[in-house]
Amino acid sequence: MLAAMGLSSVDELFDAVPAALRLAGGLDIEPGLAEADVGGRFDAYAAANRPVGRDLVCFAGAGAYDHDIPSVVNRLAYRSEFVTAYTPYQPEVAQGVLQALFEYQTLVCRLFGTDVANASLYDGASALVEAANLAVAATGRSEVWVSRGVHPQWRQVLATMAVGTGHRLVDVALDDGLTAWPEEGVPGAVVVQNPNYLGCLEDVGAAGELARRLGALLIVAADPVSAALLVSPGSLGADVVVGEGQPFGASLSLGGPYLGLFACRREHVRRLPGRLVGETLDTEGRRAYVTTLRTREQDIRREKASSNVCTNQTLMAVAFLVHLGWLGTSGLRELAVRCARGTRYCREALLAVDGVQALAGAATLREFAVRTPVPADVVVERMADEGFLAGVSLGEEYGDGLLVAVTEKRTRVEIDAYVGAFEKVVR
Amino acid sequence: MTAAAPGGKATSAPLMGRDSEPTLFELSAPGRTAANFRATGVPEWPAEELVPAAHLREDPTPVAEVSERDLVAHMTRLSHRQFSVDLGAYPLGSCTMKYNPKLCDDAVARTGLADVHPASPAALTQGWMALLADLERALCRITGMAAATLQPPAGAAGELTGLLLMRAFHGAAGQDGQRRRVLIPDSAHGTNPASVTLGGYEVTQVPSDDRGCVDLDALAARLDDDVAGIMLTNPNTLGLFEEDIVAIAGAVHDVGGLLYYDGANLNAILGVTRPGDMGFDIVHMNLHKTFAVPHGGGGPGAGPVAVTERLTPFLPGPRPVKSAQGTYEWMQPERSIGRVHSWHGNALALARAWSYILANGGDGLRRVSDAAVLNANWLRHQLRGTYDIPFDRPCMHEFVASATNLKRDRGLRAVDVAKRLLEEGFHAPTTYFPLVVEEALMIEPTETESPQTLAALADALLRIAAGTGDDAHAAPRTSPVGRVDEARAARQLIPTWDARPT
Repeated sequence: MLAAMGLSSVDELFDAVPAALRLAGGLDIEPGLAEADVGGRFDAYAAANRPVGRDLVCFAGAGAYDHDIPSVVNRLAYRSEFVTAYTPYQPEVAQGVLQALFEYQTLVCRLFGTDVANASLYDGASALVEAANLAVAATGRSEVWVSRGVHPQWRQVLATMAVGTGHRLVDVALDDGLTAWPEEGVPGAVVVQNPNYLGCLEDVGAAGELARRLGALLIVAADPVSAALLVSPGSLGADVVVGEGQPFGASLSLGGPYLGLFACRREHVRRLPGRLVGETLDTEGRRAYVTTLRTREQDIRREKASSNVCTNQTLMAVAFLVHLGWLGTSGLRELAVRCARGTRYCREALLAVDGVQALAGAATLREFAVRTPVPADVVVERMADEGFLAGVSLGEEYGDGLLVAVTEKRTRVEIDAYVGAFEKVVR
Repeated sequence: MTAAAPGGKATSAPLMGRDSEPTLFELSAPGRTAANFRATGVPEWPAEELVPAAHLREDPTPVAEVSERDLVAHMTRLSHRQFSVDLGAYPLGSCTMKYNPKLCDDAVARTGLADVHPASPAALTQGWMALLADLERALCRITGMAAATLQPPAGAAGELTGLLLMRAFHGAAGQDGQRRRVLIPDSAHGTNPASVTLGGYEVTQVPSDDRGCVDLDALAARLDDDVAGIMLTNPNTLGLFEEDIVAIAGAVHDVGGLLYYDGANLNAILGVTRPGDMGFDIVHMNLHKTFAVPHGGGGPGAGPVAVTERLTPFLPGPRPVKSAQGTYEWMQPERSIGRVHSWHGNALALARAWSYILANGGDGLRRVSDAAVLNANWLRHQLRGTYDIPFDRPCMHEFVASATNLKRDRGLRAVDVAKRLLEEGFHAPTTYFPLVVEEALMIEPTETESPQTLAALADALLRIAAGTGDDAHAAPRTSPVGRVDEARAARQLIPTWDARPT
């Protein structure tokens, strides 16, 4: 190959790199390992963690849930044709990913009661950030009212990004677990999460009426499992619905890769962030799919684009599709009901423990918060020794407490054992 | 290089026909389901007793009603309608579509990694934190930086993180209001200007000179004390190394600006040179490009951002840091810009990249860049004389050809070349980018294609160039669908199955 170019060494190809910039001595990284040795290294990392399932029975949630993942997800979504493709820039040879995304978009819209969904964003937090950007652009108002019932880490990301965009974020406090909205103001967006971070069911319709009256857009952060049981946010007035898609198809994995769900009313489609797949025809009149309304996007619109997103989480969207397809219409509702049953059973048993109190009085669905006689951090630490991931410690903002989630995986025996251990560690 | 069998051409891929694949919704038949649930013994309260009436959705959300067997057939058939790196060569410029070693799939498929809850206390995630800290250290050594955040989940997210770091740095010096502009070459990726806007800055474009690099005089004319920094890709999007990078860095630093390195093209310089040595202050990496995290049909990726010592206090948090006791703790940098991800970034993608780095080692990573640059230059050499090569000198890991001459002489545009190449069993190059080249074909063969595959690719491109536009307009004729009507998709928007006209 070198001879064909009239060269004698590969080094000559790097002549453009000034000598002073050359890395003498190479990279300070150990020599390459054989495949088996890489495996050994990863065995060691894995052994130093305490995963759920193998080591701990999981009662933690907070946006990352321990659901069963059916075998079809890994066998289908992780087929190498989906795994090793990229953004469908050549639609003629990317109909597989494009059609899967079209079906995914359809399911997200059905869950949330919206007209349009994009082909995914990074995670719940990034979807929320994009929703706020859309609302501010659509209303021309930079004030964003954010309920304290919205996931605190999503709010932190929103605050990080607001430094760049100049949005003015107004925290709206909770009263006994539910958002207590101000009556007057000039927000561009009103953001509510349902069920909220404490697991409580919010009055989304009232938030929608408030937003409409004040001329703001309503952004709802929704959980896709709960959505199967709840009146859809779209029908309650949501302009944009965002969510964390992890419950369908993504393992816990220390928090990523997950899946940012983003859906909205059709009137906002030209401000939609990220990719959108649409149906069309090929030259012979056959049904075909293609990414569309591309002029919104960064590679064409550059500094005037609706968003900077390019790489997204498509593979996780395919996994979401397969998981939902496996559940089907009846299975989706059954899954949501089973989570709610386990949550109720666990909540009632835990509240019967001496000194444990509900943190809020409002109705809950798949997750709930309690005050504990000893600090929540201590409860989590002690419960790990008993073989449980007890929940998520709420921290100062919520006046200390423990957030407990129960999925369809938890049996009555596990829940009883959890409550028994809880009784012991808070004594 | 070791001889390898030609692996890159996919025209032998079997297809059973050219019918459309029905949607999942069309495959649905009432009453079918694949779902089953474990026996839990939990009381079986009905939905009406679990959800207050005002909140309860009356009808189930329609998904689809399919058996597992039908679902598997559907998704498998969809997968057969999809080109991928595993099927053949994918010379999509700027995207670094290298082969993704399978050992990385298995390395991360461990319950001890995949089943760790992100809100677990640090005592329960010591293995993950060690892995992330080890990866961070390696990325810093590769880039010549002091510390990194692993949170950004993609390149564009890394860019925005970098710009917010820039803001925080200038803000700490009391200059946030003063520094309003970020300079960007006219050859930059579209994510750069879009990120600048989201970072609250204004874009000032810097033209390229006649050698395809940053025009130093034009740069000097745009530098002032209102400049926050410059975003550069090096090698740039033309595949050319910015030879004057030291002078550029000096000029930008002289006015108090910072240099941001867009790591899209890092695959060219592993072990050769480091952004830190060039004078960059902030660097993002695309682990899905350089470090073989598979692209997933569009993602997930990972876009860690590494910085010099003086920017370390501003990094996003929490970061995994080793304590004096030898255990890992989550630490919030003292002047952190805050979180940029719900949790700790695309952790499994980060782990995959680390397995790739371990498998290659420092020596292997250098060989990656050597082969990537060799392959690109050899291919450029084969095409010159047939395709216009606007900046025809040794390139790095990719080069930009132009179909301008073919369009003029034979009516063959870049898009036609791309569609014809699909018929030849290869994925197309990136077309119409960078914007500074007309009828651009941006070609990045990567280091993982064999000489035989490259020869077959070169033959195909030369054969295409010998054809005419009339012939090419009908291409591709061998793919599951023919050329797709993009204008119709935009004009009659159908974004979901339920939005189809009945």
